[in-house]
Amino acid sequence: MKKVLSLILAVTMLIGCCAMLAGCGNSGDDGFKIGVILIGDENEGYTYSHIKGIREAAESLGVKDEQIIWKYTVGEDEKCYDAAVDLVESGCTVIFSNSYGHQSHMQKAASEYPEIQFVACTGDTAAISGLDNFSNAFTFVYESRFVSGVVAGMKIKELVEAGKLTDANYDANGNVKMGYVGAYPYAEVVSGYTAFFLGAKSVYDKISMEVQYTNSWFDITAEATAAEALAARGAVVICQHADSTGAPSAVQALHKNGQVVYSVGYNVDMLSVAPDVALTSATNNWGVYYTYAIKAAMNGEKIATNWAEGYKTGAVCITALGSACAAGTAEKVAEVEAALKAGTLHVFDTSKFTVEGKQVTSCIVDLDGNFANTDPADKEAVWDGYFHESELRSAPSFSLIIDGITPLN
Amino acid sequence: MSTQSVHVEREPLVRMVKRDGISNQKAWLIRGISLGSALVVCALLIFMLTKLNPLKVYSSMFEGALGTPRRTWVTLRDTMMLLCISIGLAPAFKMRFWNIGAEGQVLIGGVATAACMIYLGGKVPTPVLFLVMVLASTLSGAVWGLVPAIFKAKWNTNETLFTLMMNYVAIQITSYCVALWENPFGSNSVGIIHPNTEWGWFPKIFGQQYLLNVIIVMGLTVAMYVYLKYTKHGYEISVVGESENTARYAGISVRKVILRTMAISSGICGLAGFIAVSGASHTISVNTADGRGFTAIIVAWLSKFNAVVMVLFSFLLVFLDKGAVEIASKYGLNEYASEIIEGIILFFILGSEFFINYRLIFRHAGKKDKKEVA
Repeated sequence: MKKVLSLILAVTMLIGCCAMLAGCGNSGDDGFKIGVILIGDENEGYTYSHIKGIREAAESLGVKDEQIIWKYTVGEDEKCYDAAVDLVESGCTVIFSNSYGHQSHMQKAASEYPEIQFVACTGDTAAISGLDNFSNAFTFVYESRFVSGVVAGMKIKELVEAGKLTDANYDANGNVKMGYVGAYPYAEVVSGYTAFFLGAKSVYDKISMEVQYTNSWFDITAEATAAEALAARGAVVICQHADSTGAPSAVQALHKNGQVVYSVGYNVDMLSVAPDVALTSATNNWGVYYTYAIKAAMNGEKIATNWAEGYKTGAVCITALGSACAAGTAEKVAEVEAALKAGTLHVFDTSKFTVEGKQVTSCIVDLDGNFANTDPADKEAVWDGYFHESELRSAPSFSLIIDGITPLN
Repeated sequence: MSTQSVHVEREPLVRMVKRDGISNQKAWLIRGISLGSALVVCALLIFMLTKLNPLKVYSSMFEGALGTPRRTWVTLRDTMMLLCISIGLAPAFKMRFWNIGAEGQVLIGGVATAACMIYLGGKVPTPVLFLVMVLASTLSGAVWGLVPAIFKAKWNTNETLFTLMMNYVAIQITSYCVALWENPFGSNSVGIIHPNTEWGWFPKIFGQQYLLNVIIVMGLTVAMYVYLKYTKHGYEISVVGESENTARYAGISVRKVILRTMAISSGICGLAGFIAVSGASHTISVNTADGRGFTAIIVAWLSKFNAVVMVLFSFLLVFLDKGAVEIASKYGLNEYASEIIEGIILFFILGSEFFINYRLIFRHAGKKDKKEVA
């Protein structure tokens, strides 16, 4: 027994040693290689939009499949660091990660390999990290949220005019109720639902919205339950900032039972799971960013530390309009999109909302992540009459709770 | 046996007979054959489902786990992590105390370690910090295991449910601490603790980041092997495990043995949390234990609580896991595909235990046997 055991142990160790020695020889390849660290795989909407973006970029830049190394379902812990270093050793010169929680592990790797460029998408610490080879990227997704809000507003206007709503759909002040399934009470989510709300309000003024948090980015059951709770409180349109199809599916089921309720999704087209109620989804077109970043990396240029773009370059959009959309929605959407592109319409226009009854004239953004916004590094984001979202840094920073929106938990 | 068969008109086609004993050589031969057949079945499945060359897939699995020195070290580090928890579970299971709470014990040990790193990092000398971290993690793990043990010893409560419930308490405490320590604000993650100063991180030994993990866990493995096999305590544990009444008759205080063993078992699991936080992730989240508290139960059982055999099974499981990640990356196979491979291999290994404990007698061969007996 012991003999056999020790033999097996010895063989295992020998193999290990051989592998260690052999490993030294085959590292390093002259070709340009891209490393991608993903929180999920193609079965998850958020990650799929990144995969799609990278594939588009690769195609337009002539990068071959074998030049991209994918690491799927990488957790937000040392596995991310392991994956990043492994990609460096496999010869990648630019490495992307797609989830917020990857950021500090990417930053650690970036500090150890200064000649490799690391990008933590949706992150926010690149500017204060002091590292030249570490950057963040985000899109102006609040613009597409605003447009999806316009679609919701059109629907509400149609329902009100057709007299389809009951007393339960109005709050005490006579505003039509909307609902929002949010993941966490963070700036990214707050910024998103405020933009959605303002979009709807720009079409139909008498609107209020309740927000239910699920405390998870992906939880089908919790998102469905939250949507049902919001609908039971009278919400006519339920939007979401969470990654599953839980909410639209729940809304579809309620609609089948005769309730007047519609859904606006996020990231992916929800028509496949909610054909009768899905109006549209706000989404990103990551291909625009990846094309820019990969091109820069191929040319040996530095990738921008804080990249964020929107309708102007086509980095955000909404998915196909559902059959439930109100008449004239497509024309209205085109009009709003054109105004956003032209820069004549600003989502966080301070004349369009109030906080505790007052117009916002100043909002300092905490840029160094130290829980306070009183340091010299922190900057004023309100000028020229609107809040400049994602311009001081790529990650969203609008975290004011404006009048008309009520978080439930 | 021959008297029985007289009354039966037709013998069943196959009879299972418990073996009296089996030579180690034969036992390992059976294990080897079953591993081989598992690989063949997987190869057929891979080919049928994906049309890929199974040998290529296997070699990429090997590549993924041991392909570069760094990958080998990461595989080694994760093996040590799993091994450490299995080592912790071994004495409890040998005592027939079903400690399903390793996940929570690891987490709470990790939380204690992270707290020391955050609050004491840079304020006390490094050796003191490490001493405090070791003590804090071991003690908090031990407390997590002792609570169900006390209830079991005093009121004979069900330890399986109790230890399982303690996991959820630990998970909730961890999420609370993550929210408390989140950095940057609003991120719901602690991020890497002291990324620049590396306070409270395992030091590199001979330039190797994870060598200390290996040294600590291998030390524990040897100690546990000796403890269970050659000490009075180890003997008491196996007697209590076989029969509490026998233990009482022999003058062993069952209550004392249960408490002492669970303190050791969960203390080591707490220490595993220390290794996970200080020696690997340098952060804390509800995923720090990552299900290893449950995987370790499989390791402990497969190795029949033999600390040395646990090394092999921990390595096998981690190897399969790393290989899975690599084939997902290389061939775009969904990770579920590799979990199927892992499942098949485990199934065959478990199956081999059946053939080690029983032998099959076929009808025809059985008759020949009888003649020989007669």
